[in-house]
Amino acid sequence: MSDPRLAAAWALLPNYLGQHVLLSASALLLGLAISLPLAVAASRSAAVRWPALLVASLVQTIPSLALLALFYPLLLALSALSLAAFGKGFAALGFLPSLLALTLYSMLPILRNGVAGLTGVDPAIVEAARGMGMTDRQRLFQVELPLAAPVIMAGVRTAAVWTIGAATLATPVGQTSLGNYIFSGLQTENWVFVLFGCGASAALALAADQLLGLIESGLATRNRWRVVAGAVGLVVGTLAALAPLGLTAAAPARYVIGAKNFSEQYILAELISDRLKAGGAAAELKEDLGSSIAYSALKASEIDAYVDYSGTLWDNILKRSDNPGRQAVLQQLTAQLKARDGVTVLGSLGFENVYALAMRRSEAEQLHIKTLDDLAVHAPQLTMGADLEFLSRPEWASVQGAYGLHFRKQDQYQPTFMYRALTSGQADVISAFSSDGRIAADDLVVLGDPRHALPPYDAVVLISPKRANDARLIGALKPLIGKIDVAAMRAANLTVDRDHDKATPAEAAKALAAKLGL
Amino acid sequence: MAGPIIELRGVTKRYGQLTAVDALTLAIEPGSFTALLGGSGSGKTTALKTINGLVTPDAGEVRVDGRAIGDEAGWALRRRIGYVFQEIGLFPHMTVAENIGVGPSLAGWDKPATAARVAELLKLVALPDGVGARLPAALSGGQRQRVGVARALAAKPAIMLMDEPFGALDPVTRDALGRDYRALHEQLGLTTVMVTHDVWEALLLADRIVVLADGRVLADAPPAKLLAGHDDPRVQALMETPRRQAERVRAMSEGA
Repeated sequence: MSDPRLAAAWALLPNYLGQHVLLSASALLLGLAISLPLAVAASRSAAVRWPALLVASLVQTIPSLALLALFYPLLLALSALSLAAFGKGFAALGFLPSLLALTLYSMLPILRNGVAGLTGVDPAIVEAARGMGMTDRQRLFQVELPLAAPVIMAGVRTAAVWTIGAATLATPVGQTSLGNYIFSGLQTENWVFVLFGCGASAALALAADQLLGLIESGLATRNRWRVVAGAVGLVVGTLAALAPLGLTAAAPARYVIGAKNFSEQYILAELISDRLKAGGAAAELKEDLGSSIAYSALKASEIDAYVDYSGTLWDNILKRSDNPGRQAVLQQLTAQLKARDGVTVLGSLGFENVYALAMRRSEAEQLHIKTLDDLAVHAPQLTMGADLEFLSRPEWASVQGAYGLHFRKQDQYQPTFMYRALTSGQADVISAFSSDGRIAADDLVVLGDPRHALPPYDAVVLISPKRANDARLIGALKPLIGKIDVAAMRAANLTVDRDHDKATPAEAAKALAAKLGL
Repeated sequence: MAGPIIELRGVTKRYGQLTAVDALTLAIEPGSFTALLGGSGSGKTTALKTINGLVTPDAGEVRVDGRAIGDEAGWALRRRIGYVFQEIGLFPHMTVAENIGVGPSLAGWDKPATAARVAELLKLVALPDGVGARLPAALSGGQRQRVGVARALAAKPAIMLMDEPFGALDPVTRDALGRDYRALHEQLGLTTVMVTHDVWEALLLADRIVVLADGRVLADAPPAKLLAGHDDPRVQALMETPRRQAERVRAMSEGA
């Protein structure tokens, strides 16, 4: 039996693998180029050694996902500076932040082994080299580096395995990698994808480790053939992995469509990209972006379009906590985002995806909870399950302020697992999304918000400043405005999120388009 | 050349509180074989290393070939001076032939000239032909030290500095190597300065023995003269031992 998900995974492999290899090989080469000279300097001077090793060790203590995420705002600020100074910015999303973070991450093992290898050379051999009249440079290249080479290669091996593993975490900052299988698989509960991504990344790491190991043992035993075989294997393997990228690079993607990290976003991004492709344009997806990363990437024109929600923008971008009503929020957003950031709000898709607190119907009925006011009474005995960002968003602050909610315990989950936690009883209340198909499927009730603490969340299409007057993009997206009602969206989301007979986001997008008659 | 080939003038070297070499003045004539004799801590190794610039004196001046050694780069000076020491420091990643060829290639010799010189030196230090292609790890201690001597001689230096060169070898190998080196010294017209703590070695190899203690010269004379007696009681005591040992051995062989 061949699983269609497996076929889908294989079809994506050339691009994901090529991007993954490109990223990790570049990071490793850059890491080597920085760490080796640094190791030489550190081996000769204690004043360089301890600060260099300390910084490299500190970098290692930063969780790799956080390190990748931190480079985005840093590069964004640098890009803004460069734009102001030289009239030219650069892409702060995707390849560059991933490259820099992984480079830093690769440095410690190379640096540490480099220093150990170079300072571990027998002092008698160093004295002989000096006594014969070698200059410092000749001693380094003819004696110390050849003798330290096996130890240095062992460090490079460790660095390669770490870098290839950590490169899967580049997906959330917009760099395609084997991590795309893992992140989207985790979100849509496509375990075939998750396993495929893990397996591919592990196989890649193992292959690199074996080839580098061949070089290492060749250096240690002075067996030239092993060194040559390992090096040829690495070069051929890298080129073979990169070849598909060269082929696709011939037809560069024109439009970049962003998506945050949940099913509805994947489906809508696929829908938009399908519309562009139908119009003869090329489109590329950048998925799994964090909420605020998505908006700032759009503002910087690094992505051309994505779907966001009016309430999210209202609270998080405009920092408003009042609630003047659905239409007023939309109007003010449209005017202010344009004036502030040059971002175009093309219009609402026609449905709302409200942040809403939801409970199991059975428990809500048993406790007679219908609204957030009722919930506040029982909250101290209940456990709240939230998605990864809700508890740090201003919406939560205003709900908490308006109703005085205090739970016994608050846990955070990936959206998929949050629903699981609720149905399994690990959570009593969750921060649900009203367009989510699982509300009906899991028999949940959405609690009323009589004090209007939560703003309206119309799904709106945003367009970057660069594409503000792009007739082709606007022409492709205009027909979507006002067309998607909440029932259609919920149904599409459920086909991706349910346990059996799952559809991929791309299939769900095609089905949705057909249903809308587009 | 008229005058000394090596001159130390008031050379002092301190390591923290310790004065290793204390205002040492010494002139070495071309073609001589000088032993710097002393116990550990006498400053003999430090004094030797000021000659090829591996140790920079705190005070005083060192002249080689009539020139102050600070006038040229240390590495350039060291290419003109052979250096052999107890640990040898053969390069483990190079074959014997490559080890010996390092000096000539640093001096810019071409490959055929270097190869010819390597073959010549293997013969000179009495190593079998096949040894050139081996790695140092495959040699015996005596063979390794012969390679060490060959490597130091490869670029045709006029001066050889030796620091306990045969100290780690068994007595038979040690004696053979010592005699072979002394013959090379004559044959090649070298100027040799050898550091040793072994009175016998100094007596049997050198033309001149400089006895050092606490970084100063206690005695400076040819071996025969030192054996005949000396004013300094420490030097007298030092020479007493080989004299008595020699007499006992002679008595034994005559009695037999």
